[in-house]
Amino acid sequence: MNFIDAKKLVYEYIRRDEEGNVEGILTALDAVDLEVKQGEFIAILGHNGSGKSTLAKHLNVLLRASEGTLWVDGKDTLDESNLWDIRQNSGMVFQNPDNQIIASVVEEDVAFGPENIGVPTDEIWKRVEKSLQSVGMLQYRAHSPNKLSGGQKQRVAIAGVMAMEPKCIVLDEPTAMLDPNGRKEVLSAIEQLNQKKGVTVILITHYMEEVVHAHKVYVMDHGKVVMQGTPREIFSQVETLKSYRLDVPQITLLAYELGKAGLNIPKGILTRQELAEALCQLY
Amino acid sequence: MSIILDKINYIYSEKTAYERQALQQVSLKIEDGEFIGIIGHTGSGKSTLIQHLNGLLQPTSGSIYYNGQDIYDEDYNKKELRSKVGLVFQYPEHQLFETTIFADVCFGPRNQGLSKKEAELRAFSALRSVGLSEEYWYQSPFELSGGQKRRVAIAGVLAMKPEVLVLDEPTAGLDPKGRDEILEQIAQMHQKLNMTIILVSHSMEDVAKYVNRIIVMNQGSIMLEGTPKEVFQHYQELEAVGLAAPQVTYLMQELFGMGIPVDRKASTLEEAKASILQVFANRE
Repeated sequence: MNFIDAKKLVYEYIRRDEEGNVEGILTALDAVDLEVKQGEFIAILGHNGSGKSTLAKHLNVLLRASEGTLWVDGKDTLDESNLWDIRQNSGMVFQNPDNQIIASVVEEDVAFGPENIGVPTDEIWKRVEKSLQSVGMLQYRAHSPNKLSGGQKQRVAIAGVMAMEPKCIVLDEPTAMLDPNGRKEVLSAIEQLNQKKGVTVILITHYMEEVVHAHKVYVMDHGKVVMQGTPREIFSQVETLKSYRLDVPQITLLAYELGKAGLNIPKGILTRQELAEALCQLY
Repeated sequence: MSIILDKINYIYSEKTAYERQALQQVSLKIEDGEFIGIIGHTGSGKSTLIQHLNGLLQPTSGSIYYNGQDIYDEDYNKKELRSKVGLVFQYPEHQLFETTIFADVCFGPRNQGLSKKEAELRAFSALRSVGLSEEYWYQSPFELSGGQKRRVAIAGVLAMKPEVLVLDEPTAGLDPKGRDEILEQIAQMHQKLNMTIILVSHSMEDVAKYVNRIIVMNQGSIMLEGTPKEVFQHYQELEAVGLAAPQVTYLMQELFGMGIPVDRKASTLEEAKASILQVFANRE
């Protein structure tokens, strides 16, 4: 059974004037189908305004679809009584670390989530320690969050979600505000969670390089899923991606350009090693 | 015509428990018409540095000269300096506030004391040069996409006709196409309007592609300085301070290591492509 099962999901933002008359309708999600299995690492790409974040907010029922069905962890999101169960099992991390941290000490911030869902105190501390460990931030447990770097803060935010022990974690451009180092830290924390703890990961991003290790990539445009496949399948379609205002990793683009110029290089090169080996064989 | 920074030191919260030296003996000369990239990890002093360029911060010690004049002289006109050195902060779209896009862009020049008509002319050409289609001009800025909002904010600074444009991560949070569009516009403004551009960025690929000179900041000091090719040769030192070279530079180094005689210094896709094709052409 799929952990996330969305069928023909539609969401409309309705703009009203002062009298409450409908001024315009923006269809942010247009018949989206999405199937995610437990333990998968899914990436969602799309330009600004393509509907990625709207989709993400459905996955823990911050938004409810206008049409279509969405089942998360075997529960129907339209059924009000499932709301808390679903939210506990599908945690969210947003773009700006400063908007997500509330406590004045790191470990208290991480403890906030489990405390809120009624976990017993002893268990909370165990979880805090475990989740800070898993994102590599345990040595900062007694620090004040405002003295941390962006990447560190974002890892604390992820630990906060992990402490609630969700089966799935949805990250909405978690690295957009970070420097290259911070991005690497956060990304490797996410990959660890997926590989070692089997947490289902849904990563929304603009950085093509971050998607290379995902099991499956979805590309969104105008509220629709327009491409889906493995990173290799997706990134071998350079021109199509460009038409959706996206990009491919620099190495993939170089391989593509060299291929166009007549060198016999396989399609869908993703990493430096692959390209170096391909060129070496030709040489 | 130049900006000269002479041994700038800047200390935050001096003589308190939070005292921290953000800039240390920074000396720098920026010539007219240069396109400069500033890179460095978070907290390396990049933002502190650029806030000195138009006198928003006053150094703890050291001097800054704009076109030969000390900007901290008592009778120096700082207001004029601020219209000559335009600063575009991170997420500048958060600073939009007017009811229409056109009015928002007029705000800067009006504030400079220009007549309504003149301000409108300025707004007109500024919006043109950031490439925002005319159909949007009289709409609310808040209904635009992220990339479009950012263009409006940049136009707002351009309308003040700065000689130097300083941009702090102008592409953060934009999708790849929006990122390329903004950078292309900036490169065009550099060429057509002969503006001096100073670009703070986390993207080594972008910096390598557009700028003439890179300044690498680390712990409040200038660590490296030179053309992209020169600077990215030091990729190991860059990594040690949490930075990196563009992906293609690593590839070229690896190929060279494998015995393929490519140009190890290539730092852009075009350079790498040309060099690899050259090597293969020579073999035939």
